[in-house]
Amino acid sequence: MSGIQNLQSYDPFADLGESGDTGEQQNYIHIRIQQRNGRKTLTTIQGLPKNFDQKRMLKIFKKDFACNGTLVEDEELGSVIQLQGDQRTKVSTLLVEEGGIDKKQIKIHGF
Amino acid sequence: MSAEIEEKLESMEIQDDELVFDLSMKKKKKKSKKAEEEPTEEAAAEVQEAAPTDAAEEDPMAMFGEKKKKKKKVKVEDDANAEGGEEAGEAGDSLDFGELKKKKKKSKKVDFSAFEDGQDQEGEDGARDPDDIFAADDEEGVPRSSSKVGEAEEGWIGSNRDYTYTELLSRVFKILRQNNPELAGEKKRYTIVPPSVMRDGNKKTVFANVADICKRMHRQPEHVIQFLFAELGTSGSIDGSQRLVIKGRFQQKQIEAVLRRYIVEYVTCKTCKSPDTILTKENRLFFLQCEACGSTRSVSAIKSGFQAQTGKRAAQRVKAAAAQ
Repeated sequence: MSGIQNLQSYDPFADLGESGDTGEQQNYIHIRIQQRNGRKTLTTIQGLPKNFDQKRMLKIFKKDFACNGTLVEDEELGSVIQLQGDQRTKVSTLLVEEGGIDKKQIKIHGF
Repeated sequence: MSAEIEEKLESMEIQDDELVFDLSMKKKKKKSKKAEEEPTEEAAAEVQEAAPTDAAEEDPMAMFGEKKKKKKKVKVEDDANAEGGEEAGEAGDSLDFGELKKKKKKSKKVDFSAFEDGQDQEGEDGARDPDDIFAADDEEGVPRSSSKVGEAEEGWIGSNRDYTYTELLSRVFKILRQNNPELAGEKKRYTIVPPSVMRDGNKKTVFANVADICKRMHRQPEHVIQFLFAELGTSGSIDGSQRLVIKGRFQQKQIEAVLRRYIVEYVTCKTCKSPDTILTKENRLFFLQCEACGSTRSVSAIKSGFQAQTGKRAAQRVKAAAAQ
């Protein structure tokens, strides 16, 4: 059995760990928008990779987009970056160009 | 040679003027022109050369869909090739010709825009969604000047020049379309009525024809609504007359964009692009089964994700206290 090289590399029945989800889906970066009062909106960025320092990312976002923002801790989803205003496309382009993140990993939600 | 080009330009300009008239008028005129120019063999060839391209331009956008743009380009190149055989200096002229044609096309677009608003845009930006569903229903399948295509396409019959690839291609498609249209890739486009969205007061939006749209997509309204709320990051309810009331201000095109995404994700079959699918739930997992090709795939459940807190914190606290 172990003589076959192919079978050693990947065990399809192995436990995926604590996340019951498939690995692929968990990796998405969700960028959402939420309406506030009037014309105001809020952009939330959820699921940034662990190797990114969220605090520093927030600082970069704030500086680049000239908006305020905050880091919110959620029990289920971990830390989420909130930015003021609709920064969805800007965030995604910045992540793709500077962060080296694949565009397929980013999901922009909302209208 | 230059006189000939001038003549050509002139004829183009005349056609430009003609654009205001309807197509049948134009057809007649062109025919007569053809007869006039027959004496000089070269000129006749020119007309024939020009005729197919005209035909391609007149070809209703719906007929070739996106392919059309590409095709047109090829045509122009073709012209260049055919003329380039005569002189090298001709190349610049033929380029000119192409430009002129472009101009003409633009003016024509304005002409047609009355009844093919949506499709026009599709043709222009090329990279549009393959399934642009919200075109009005009556838009498709208007057989515009199809007889003209047939007449102009066989341009090589009279002369002894070779037929071009594009001519042959359009000939094949013409025959195919005549005999068995379902093979010509002219599927009935999937259309849905555009969502009718109204403002309800200052802070709410009413989406009136949810039920209708859900029925057309063969989806449960609950599923669609759940997706809408998750994407828009709001909440809402269904009122007495089956209308959806969404909290927040949304425009029709915003709702439309979300619905389009829903259709791509949960309605169209990834394998055959058919919208003829059913969504079933098997122990907590949603499966999409295609009625056309029989393929099954799993689709991700709708997750609403992180909801930031908007609104007054005091109100939230009152609500939480009331719940306990």
